[in-house]
Parts: sequence; structure tokens; C-alpha cells
Amino acid sequence: MARSVWARPFLYALAVAMSVFFLMPVYVMVITSLKPLDEVTLADMWKLPSTIDWSSYATAFDKLAPNFWNSLLLVVPATLLSALLGALNGYVLSKWKFKGVDTLFTLILFGMFIPYQSILIPLIQFLREIGLYNTIPGLVFVHVVYGIPITTLMFRNFYAAIPDEMIESAKIDGAGFVRIFRYIMLPLSITGFVVVAIWQFTNIWNEFLFAVTITTSDKQPIMVALQNLSGSQIVQWNVQMAGALLAALPTLLVYIFLGKYFVRGLLAGSVKG
Amino acid sequence: MIFLFVYGFIGWTGYVSLSNWNSLVPDWSFAGVKNYLYLFHDFRFQADLRNTLVFTVLFIAAVIVLGQLLAILLDQKLRGESLFRNIFFFPMALSFVVTGVVWQWLFNPSTGVNLFLKPLGLDGKWYTDTNILFGFHWGKIEFGIPVAIIAVVVAAVWQMTGFAVAMYLAGLRAIPDEVREAARMDGATEFQLYWKIILPLLRPITVSVIIIMAHISLKIFDLIYAMTGPGANFVTDVPGVYMFETTFRGNYYANGAAIAMVMLLSVAIFIVPYLISSRKGGS
Repeated sequence: MARSVWARPFLYALAVAMSVFFLMPVYVMVITSLKPLDEVTLADMWKLPSTIDWSSYATAFDKLAPNFWNSLLLVVPATLLSALLGALNGYVLSKWKFKGVDTLFTLILFGMFIPYQSILIPLIQFLREIGLYNTIPGLVFVHVVYGIPITTLMFRNFYAAIPDEMIESAKIDGAGFVRIFRYIMLPLSITGFVVVAIWQFTNIWNEFLFAVTITTSDKQPIMVALQNLSGSQIVQWNVQMAGALLAALPTLLVYIFLGKYFVRGLLAGSVKG
Repeated sequence: MIFLFVYGFIGWTGYVSLSNWNSLVPDWSFAGVKNYLYLFHDFRFQADLRNTLVFTVLFIAAVIVLGQLLAILLDQKLRGESLFRNIFFFPMALSFVVTGVVWQWLFNPSTGVNLFLKPLGLDGKWYTDTNILFGFHWGKIEFGIPVAIIAVVVAAVWQMTGFAVAMYLAGLRAIPDEVREAARMDGATEFQLYWKIILPLLRPITVSVIIIMAHISLKIFDLIYAMTGPGANFVTDVPGVYMFETTFRGNYYANGAAIAMVMLLSVAIFIVPYLISSRKGGS
């Protein structure tokens, strides 16, 4: 490669500089969260704490633990259900060709782009009617329904790679819709499930609009509680940062250990099928 | 079911936006376009439209430029590439609320990044600044670039650039090596290779990035709600925040529904042609 001698060092310098930009908020978050309150002053913002003080984590944990639990109760069933429905839908839309299937698929896809504000008022009225307003199951229901478009898209793209001949020969052998799904598609979908589940887990954990409008006080998921921390009286920034780290921890861990699948999900959800 | 919950509810919201329901008690009587007229003459909503436009343009431009730059950088076979990649990607795993909280602290007017900028003679008030750059009067508001919006754009770019990097990187990896070899054989410099050959090949990805970022930015709510709120003089207000506050804090349901419909329309302008064209090209 014809390159001048300074090109490589320059590239590394650029990569490091960009990394500093991306990591800076994390640095500030971590050091601030470890400081006692009297060290959290505006002037000392960038300095390391003189001693490591875990008390803000204790405070943040006390305040956020119930909401953390709410989020878990929400995210686990919602992720599993929406992944399962997405697998079924994706299977139907990719392997059972019928007239208008593409139009139907496009109409479903539109649902994943809409601003949820445009369905929120009827949605809340509906949840009140069926008695699920301000409940975790209500929120699970909402995330499952509005998660269907994206999970369907992901599974449909995933199933498009499975050869049609396999399905055909199974049909000739007399296997029906359910049997094919249960014995052929599902065993082949493990990766698909991991990708979709990670994607849904991250999205539902981080979601705010539904959470803040459908639940109140003790039913609220973690993100709403985190937002409320900053709304209360004087902002204790060390507690705030500790809370933000706690709230971000599950998705960060998922990203650190399963990042490969996370990026696959991101690409699968954005590149058209 | 999707049809009821997506299209049925959109229709319902559309009807609410044409009704007189501006209190706690539902009022289904027909009001015509009254609520829309009110909005478009409203100082706050005009400010929202300005902010959304400015935010969307700056945000998308920054994400595309930075996304391409970083993707090409990662494509240079640097040592530690996967480490750099992970660093650029990780903010995407975070919630907008977390991002908002952290950047609210970083952009705190009397501290944060200002400690670095002050020696340079810059003293930004960031998201508390009510100045409008390049302002001129338009309707009831001063049109231009609100300084405060820039702080929000930085935070949003920090969070979403990884998305563009991932997409561009996938695109770069899909370009066969022969293309590069051929260009080098013809005596193209590395710069020419990227500028004249690779970037044009990435154009379809840029279209996707624009569409995806646009729909995120047009409906943005949590980041701004957590980071700045509407701001003084509504310099950082957006329709998402206005809709939430007017509907669920102020009980102006019909007005909120009208805002939601405007948001839906603005997103649909981008998404519908994209979906239709990808249907045609994809199958």
C-alpha cells in the first residue's frame, strides 16, 4: 500500500481521540458516582475522587430497586412473547406465500416506524377499559403488540435464508403448518431467537414513553424512576450517576457479552427484507 | 390485531384531534380543524417545528459524516480494531434517558466541557442559552438555530453514531477487494479511492441511514425530556415533549392528538416512500 509514513500514526491518533470522545461520559459517570456529595462540585467535575465512596450506590439502589424489579417483570415476558409471535409471523409471511402477502408485510412494517404518540390516547383508554392500565401486565401487552412489526421483520429476513425445498419436502411427507414450524423452523431459529431477544430486551428495558404514560409511581419501570430522581428537589449528582449506571447495567452487560448478536439485530432491523 | 392497534388507533387519534376533548372528560363533539389552527398559531408549536427541523438536519448530517469517517477508519485494519468498534458502538445499548442524564451533567453551564472551553475564550451556556443563531422573524417566533439545541444534538450524535458506523462498515465489507485493487492499479491515491469510488458505492446505505435517523429524530422525546425539558422560551422543545405535557399533564387531549397526527405525518413522508421502494427492490 502506497502510504506516507505519517498516515498510520495519524489514523491511530484519530481512533484514540474518537474513543476518548465516546468514553468521556462514562468516565465522568463512574468518577462522579464514586464521590461523596461534598466532592461533587462543578469545579472538580473531572477530578478523580479522593476516596472511593460507595454510598451513592446504596442510596440509588434503595430508591431504584423496586423499579428495577418492575423492569425485570416487564422485560422478560414481553421479550419472550414478542419473539415467539415474531417467529410465527415471520414464518407465515416468508414461507406461506399467499396473495397480497407483500402488501400485508409492508403494512405491518409501517407499525414499527410510527410515533407512538399517535396511538397513545386510544391505547390508554383501551387499557383502562380492560383493566390493565397502570399494571405491569398492561405494559407487557403493549410492548408485545408494538414489538410485533420489528420481530416479524427480523424473523422473516432470517427465514428467507432457509431453503424453500425443505418446507416443500416436509409438506410432501404430510407435515402440516404447526408440525413444520415446531420441528423444522424452531430448531433452525436458535440464532434468530438470540438476536431478536437481545434486541427486544434492550429496547423494552430502555423504553420511556409507554412506561411514563401507562404506569404511575410504584408500578414504574426503571427508566421512569431514573428520570424522576433528577426531578426531585436538589439534584444529587453522585446518586444520579450511580442510578444511571445501575439502570444501564443490564443492557451494557448484554452488549458486552453478546455484542455480536446485538449488532446483527441492529442491521437486521434496518436493512430491508 | 396489528391493524386494530396501529391503524385503528391512528384513526381514533385522528378523530380525537378533530374533537372538542380538551379537558379530563371526553367530549366527542366535532370541532373541525380548530385544534390544528390553534397549534399552527401557537408560539410553542412554531418553536417546536423550528427545533425539530434544526435538530433533524444537524443530527443527520453529523451522524453521516462521523459514521462514514469512523467506518472508514475501522476499515484500515488497525490493531485493536474490535476494541475501537466496541467503544463506538456501546452507547447504542444505553437508554436515551441515561444519555440525557449524563449529558445534562456534562453540559452543565458552569462546568463540564466548559472547563475546557473557557481557556479558549468560549463560555457556552449550552442548553440554557436562549440565543438563536442566524435568526429572523417567522410567524410568532425567531427562526434560526437555537444554541441550546446544539447540546442536545451532541448527545444524540454520541448515542446514535454507532448505528451509522455499523451500517457503513457492513457496506464497506460488502465491497469486493478487486474494486480497491483495480483502483490502486490505476494509480489512485487512497484518498481518491475513498472519495471517488467507495463513498459513491455507499450511497444506498446513506439513504437508509437518513431514513432511520430521520424517523428517530422526528419523534424524539425521551432524550430531550430527560436532558433539558422544553427549555426557557421553548428553545429545546419538540413536538414529542409538547404532546406529552399538553395531553398527560394538561389534559388537552384534542390538542395532543393533533400534535401526534402532525408527527405521524412528518414521519410518514419519509417512511412510506422508503417502504414502498424497498418492497419493489427487495422482492
